[in-house]
Amino acid sequence: MNKLVKLFITSISAITLTLVSFTSSFAKVDGEYIVLGSAISLTGKYSSNGVHTQNGYNMAVDRINKMGGVKVGGKSYKFEIIYYDDESNPKRAAQLAERLIKQDGVHYMLGPYSSGLTKAIAPVTEKYKIPMVEANGASRSLFTKGYKYLFAVLSPANQYLEVAIDLAVEKNGGKPVRIAQAFEQDAFSQDVRLGILDAAKRTGSEIIIDDKLPKELNDMAATLAKVKATKPDVLVVSGHTKGALTAIRQISEMKVDVPMLAMTHCDAAKLSKQHGKNSEYALCASQWHKNLSYKDKFFGSGKKYDKDFKKEFGYAPPYQSAESSAALLVFKDAFERANSFDRDKVRDALVDTEMQTFYGNIKFGPGGQNVAKPMILFQVRCKGDTCENKVVAPTKWASDKFYHPIPKWSERG
Amino acid sequence: MDFLIFKAPMLMVQASLDGILLGILFALIAYGMALQWGVMNIINIAQGDLVILGGYIAYTMYLAGIHPAWGVIVSPIIMFFVGWALYKLVINKVVDRDLFISILATFGIAIVFQQLMNFIFGADVVVAQSGYGTTMLFDNSVTLPNSKIFSAVISVLYAVALVIYMKKSRLGRAIRATAQNARAAKILGVDTEKVYAATFGINAALCGIAGALISITLTLHPYVGLPYTVRSFMIVIVAGLGNLPAVAVSGMGLGLFEEFADYILGTEFRIGAVFMLLVFILVYRRFKLSKKREYLK
Repeated sequence: MNKLVKLFITSISAITLTLVSFTSSFAKVDGEYIVLGSAISLTGKYSSNGVHTQNGYNMAVDRINKMGGVKVGGKSYKFEIIYYDDESNPKRAAQLAERLIKQDGVHYMLGPYSSGLTKAIAPVTEKYKIPMVEANGASRSLFTKGYKYLFAVLSPANQYLEVAIDLAVEKNGGKPVRIAQAFEQDAFSQDVRLGILDAAKRTGSEIIIDDKLPKELNDMAATLAKVKATKPDVLVVSGHTKGALTAIRQISEMKVDVPMLAMTHCDAAKLSKQHGKNSEYALCASQWHKNLSYKDKFFGSGKKYDKDFKKEFGYAPPYQSAESSAALLVFKDAFERANSFDRDKVRDALVDTEMQTFYGNIKFGPGGQNVAKPMILFQVRCKGDTCENKVVAPTKWASDKFYHPIPKWSERG
Repeated sequence: MDFLIFKAPMLMVQASLDGILLGILFALIAYGMALQWGVMNIINIAQGDLVILGGYIAYTMYLAGIHPAWGVIVSPIIMFFVGWALYKLVINKVVDRDLFISILATFGIAIVFQQLMNFIFGADVVVAQSGYGTTMLFDNSVTLPNSKIFSAVISVLYAVALVIYMKKSRLGRAIRATAQNARAAKILGVDTEKVYAATFGINAALCGIAGALISITLTLHPYVGLPYTVRSFMIVIVAGLGNLPAVAVSGMGLGLFEEFADYILGTEFRIGAVFMLLVFILVYRRFKLSKKREYLK
């Protein structure tokens, strides 16, 4: 290449770089805007949940901005979010967090989708002392590292199915139960497993099958054959959407009879739609359901959120969207209580958060996890060919009675 | 929990049947790989992604209200042309080159296919329902999903048809001739370019069939192609190129081995055990080869 051309390119890039670093110094609060940053999975394997997350964030930003914005120091500010696509890749997510903080000068972060990506970003935000409110990383290991700038609006993964074991023991007349479990080998599912182990210990229950499913696996026939042979009281399966869909497909095909089937990711997998009647009676852990009676002044109730979200995006909001919207409410509340844009003051205000949102009560424990909100369980119930998720636990919000035990396949139509 | 399988003999039957049925399906994919590896000397990393694409074709039919089992006819037809086009666009530029170049090229194709499928069909895991029910044996203690039996039967039918086609037809003979010696075949008037394109098309069509079968037996997701590539690679390594009976046997053997490893070692070692087996076989083969070499000295 010509020397002159090279020189030209170098100087152009140098000028661009200077400009970028120059503008960045204003970016945290830009005029009347509070700028938040988020790396989010818009492509790659998490892209559908990434979009749910982004829609949840956007919906809350619009709503808060429309309803008067954030009042700090007597002035009203609006939220704005800078998004980058992390391609569902943890390394990329960490780079983008670095870029958001160093180049774009973002001082407050919103979390990405999934525990894995949150784990990749947390060390970066921690290093630069950037408060991050995240809504989609539930892995327990996020909350045991002593992070001071990480706040999660959701319940940690180990709580997902603990309630289910308690429920099984209750249905067994308070006597211990025999548990068969199969979990994928990833951070989230293994945390769910730890929760089950705790619950089993607490109730004196016995774990008779404890399979760990490799990530590449989409065939659980062997695990289910073992379940058939050992006849446990409860079968617990967690392996994201693939695990949920595979389990239901093979349980129905192999006619595996268990009195109780507890799972995660039923709603993300659209279980009741994809498997219809075969998914009936499955018990699923969820962070949120529209029928819960929590309220706030921005979104009203869960039902209203559901309606508004449908109107705006054309589909019913999964809990991933609801919790993402809640993250913005937390930030707004913290800014107003801190009454300042000082990062450490905002961080301290976040620590003291104690509020109710349409999504649930929010109060952060010492590790940053939300300790004020219980998990809920719903059960898939069908009328004719249409299946719905009905909340069955905790009893406070139960809209339907928990159906137990699951009828045998030979008795199911 | 130690060795439940030895206490309950019915589990042994269940495991064997599960393993064999699954193995036959894998053997079909592996046969496609062996074919184009043998003929063109290309290791196709995108093999699994072609399978998944074939699955999505059947799934699209399912969404349109057509029974997904028809996918085993429609999907290979579409996939044949996808394979043909892929050859004309990319593969013909790498076919005579270093093996490494072709691995890189097909790796690239795999990434493009994954992203395209993600873009078109979304990142959700999906399934197609065949509604085939279940066959129960031995007083309901062994259950076989009819969809798995269906997929094994279809795989066998297609494999047999292909073997006959390769033996009897003009194109089949040309393909075999090219595999044996491409230069000689060319000199004798075989249009090797066309043979290569057809081979890649046939391979893609086989993937299409397997994909359609997977859509009704397992699950589909844009990013689950790689395990299928790895498994077929393993089967081919064990069986050798251009030897269909060996591919079938090693496919079923691998399926069986996997199921039994699951019961005896635990589910977490299932895939690990398969890789251990691969390492063992490679070492053993090398050992045998080196002995032979000494003999030749």
